[in-house]
Amino acid sequence: MSKPVMEVDVLSKSFRLPGRTVQALRDINLQVAAGVVTGLIGPDGAGKTTLMRLAAGLLLPDSGTIRVLGQDVASESLAVQSQIGYMPQRFGLYEDLSVQENLDLYADLQNVPPANRRERYDELLNMTGLGRFTRRLAGQLSGGMKQKLGLACTLVRSPRLLLLDEPTVGVDPLSRRELWSIVYRLVEQEGMSVLLSTAYLDEAERCAEVILLHQGEVVGHDRPAAFSEPLRGRSFRVRQADTLPRRLQARLAKLPDVFDATVQGQAVRLVMQHAEPPKLDADDLSGAHCEAVSPRFEDGFIDLLRDSGSLQQVLRPVPHEVTPGDAISVSGLTRRFGDFVAVRNVSFAVAAGEVFGLLGANGAGKTTTFRMLCGLLPVSGGEVSVAGVDLRRAPAAARARIGYMSQKFSLYGNLTVQQNLEFFSRAYGLRGARRRERMAWALRELDLAGFVGAASGDLPLGYKQRLALACALMHEPDILFLDEPTSGVDPLARREFWSHINALADAGVAVLVTTHFMEEAEYCDRLAIMAEGEILALGTPAEVKARSLGSEASDATMEAAFIALIEDGEAA
Amino acid sequence: MNRRVRGLLRKEFLQVLRDPSSIAIAFLMPAFLLLLFGYGVSMDATDVPLGLVVEQPSAEAESFIGVFRHSRYFSPRRFPDRAAAQQALGAGQVDGVVVLPGDFAARLRGEVGAPIQLIVNGVNANSARLLQGYVEGAWRNWLERELGARARPLGQPVMLQPRIWFNPGLRSRNYLVPGLVAINMTLVGALLTALVMAREWERGTLEAMLVTPVSMREVLIGKVLPYFVLGMGGMALSVAMALWLFLVPLRGSFWVLTACSALYLLVALGMGLLISVTTRNQFVAGMVAIVATFLPAFLLSGMLFDIDSMPAAVQWITHLVAARYFVAILQTLFLAGDVWGVIVPNSLALLAMALLFLGLARRRMHKRLE
Repeated sequence: MSKPVMEVDVLSKSFRLPGRTVQALRDINLQVAAGVVTGLIGPDGAGKTTLMRLAAGLLLPDSGTIRVLGQDVASESLAVQSQIGYMPQRFGLYEDLSVQENLDLYADLQNVPPANRRERYDELLNMTGLGRFTRRLAGQLSGGMKQKLGLACTLVRSPRLLLLDEPTVGVDPLSRRELWSIVYRLVEQEGMSVLLSTAYLDEAERCAEVILLHQGEVVGHDRPAAFSEPLRGRSFRVRQADTLPRRLQARLAKLPDVFDATVQGQAVRLVMQHAEPPKLDADDLSGAHCEAVSPRFEDGFIDLLRDSGSLQQVLRPVPHEVTPGDAISVSGLTRRFGDFVAVRNVSFAVAAGEVFGLLGANGAGKTTTFRMLCGLLPVSGGEVSVAGVDLRRAPAAARARIGYMSQKFSLYGNLTVQQNLEFFSRAYGLRGARRRERMAWALRELDLAGFVGAASGDLPLGYKQRLALACALMHEPDILFLDEPTSGVDPLARREFWSHINALADAGVAVLVTTHFMEEAEYCDRLAIMAEGEILALGTPAEVKARSLGSEASDATMEAAFIALIEDGEAA
Repeated sequence: MNRRVRGLLRKEFLQVLRDPSSIAIAFLMPAFLLLLFGYGVSMDATDVPLGLVVEQPSAEAESFIGVFRHSRYFSPRRFPDRAAAQQALGAGQVDGVVVLPGDFAARLRGEVGAPIQLIVNGVNANSARLLQGYVEGAWRNWLERELGARARPLGQPVMLQPRIWFNPGLRSRNYLVPGLVAINMTLVGALLTALVMAREWERGTLEAMLVTPVSMREVLIGKVLPYFVLGMGGMALSVAMALWLFLVPLRGSFWVLTACSALYLLVALGMGLLISVTTRNQFVAGMVAIVATFLPAFLLSGMLFDIDSMPAAVQWITHLVAARYFVAILQTLFLAGDVWGVIVPNSLALLAMALLFLGLARRRMHKRLE
């Protein structure tokens, strides 16, 4: 075994913010092995980016040391930087420079002699599939292509260690798969060592080794399979004909001894407290069929994170009067920005009590569609009716019936939890006893009572998400819009969030949700896959899979379906 | 020059070429400001609307009024009586009223002298004072001529013979335009660099660049050099407009002008970089650049308002404004010539400030994110 490429020794790093100090990394120790892909996995705020920046010499440690390729990064940063490649989360390409000019700039900065360039360029352009676009301005590339160009720029001078900070976040599944195949090639053909951070748990299984980071501490470091090993015999799959998977999931999650329940395709995946199958003798579980399955990485991760075995309590919303007809109906919706068509001829309908998902990569047109439905952005063409109101005529009347939770949560960071709730309830016109009642409901049901006086900017991400949901629910809307509600939060918070959504839908609320997590599509009753402003497929998860993959669809992932759809679109 | 610096320079020039906003700041804004100030703002009084009231016509009164008729400073208008003239003054149709009382001709011949009344609209104190001065001057000239013609001894034994140096025509343009050149350089140097460096922080382009073998000195050169060239281009445009459009004389040496401008441009670039490195945000950088460099250059450099007539405390503050030294150099070079007694000390002050700001910017640029 060769020397590790990175050695971290009781490393700590904190950031001083106005009024408080954030401990990003707490006395961590780890080693990154040479010649393999090591995954750095954890939710937002775990300290992944801080560790990457420390390794790249962009930050200085408070205490402890970090050595890269045998050299101390703090004192020898220039020497380290000339041997590593670093791709930050947001690789700042020069958007008004062409693909070729961006490559030239990085070749100059890395001091690559002109004689060696042609060959390397050809290799990189070939690997990334950007060969046809060398003259295109970087600003006009799609999200996935930008990410590949960023990687190519990082690789102009073949580095010994490659640091990739969340290279696949928000990138469409096809580009994600391509990025991974590039990373494997670099490791196999050039013997490169790679440290890659990600928030997608399914990517952990693609790494040779995984470092789990949680709240600034290393909670695990092993082969990915080793994380799931202890759970062998505790994982099961349950099917029940004629029951919506998310309803089945809600029922199973309430059973004793169930440790974790997630929707997977038409079935529900269970992790039990002990190696015993679940007792399916309740009335509403008659006919349910259970089989043992092998554990996966995510099960192991949840096992590490969840100290107490109980699931979070489920939201108990007030039942809604279900209005007949579709809660949302959209036909021929189009939005243009100048010459650019962000949304093209989109049509769908969402019924009361239904969870409808809009899936797609960054830039697919999801957020633009959303903003039009909320009346935040005028439509260029088509019909939109929300809660039975034509948005073009009476946007204000429609808005009173909808709740909206935006991507960045739109909370007032320097107001307390209480003040945020008060503000939003007043904004929705709640007064007196009714306001007090709703605020009490939010604090109780979303378990925020312990944080009433805390500034909402200081809350952990999962609590911010709950608060944002509470704010959107103050006026008991019939329709709930959720824009990337689970982006960046840890898997526990994500599970809890989906259980709330489930409960709301069962109470009669129509839910429209966007996400770039393909596996979350399984929680939707119906969904639309969007790419470049158009709907590629529309239907229940099973229908969408069947349409794109044919007969082999039954146990396939939504990601595979998405890739097949995009490839079909390109072939046509 | 090493490969990294060349790469950075090429990138910066490509960006400037493709982003019309930097070209607009470098060339269009100076041209716009020069046109606005050169044509729009004048501190001279010409064709001032002036009301005249002659209560009792006489040969003397007509002769006196003739002075205003033939002057290029006034555009006189007669009113039948004081009340009508005062109404016109109130309505803003005239800026002042000269009243020759009924006994004007008679008292002129007497011993006590003939009073005339001047009513001035004092809302704009500056133009009111100008008007007052012009009318008094006109009155004195006429009196001298009139009394001389009658071969009567003069009342005053002492005579004032003013000679105006450097700007004999008292064209305000001649000192406004050189001052504007300094404003333009401030704008191009400080605002442009403040924006472009902050843009790199905002778009995240710097983070990837910092983790390459590039040194901060190279990044600094890569920023200063292109905008230095751009700034000198803006300077050349401003000087050309001053000389050939506004016909301001250049009495000093062209090369001294170029050297001093280069020095001042370095100060401005240094300020812009320092602002940029500190704020890391385009919006804040733009605001800070305007408040901390452009406005002081405008108000406190002596380009518009005379420094010597400011309160002592404000005068002291003006020493911190780099533009002050450059304005002094520019006004001297354009209107007086190579007066080394002015140029050398002011250039030394500029040199010190250039070193200070560029040095501070260099020290604050780390290859780190905090």
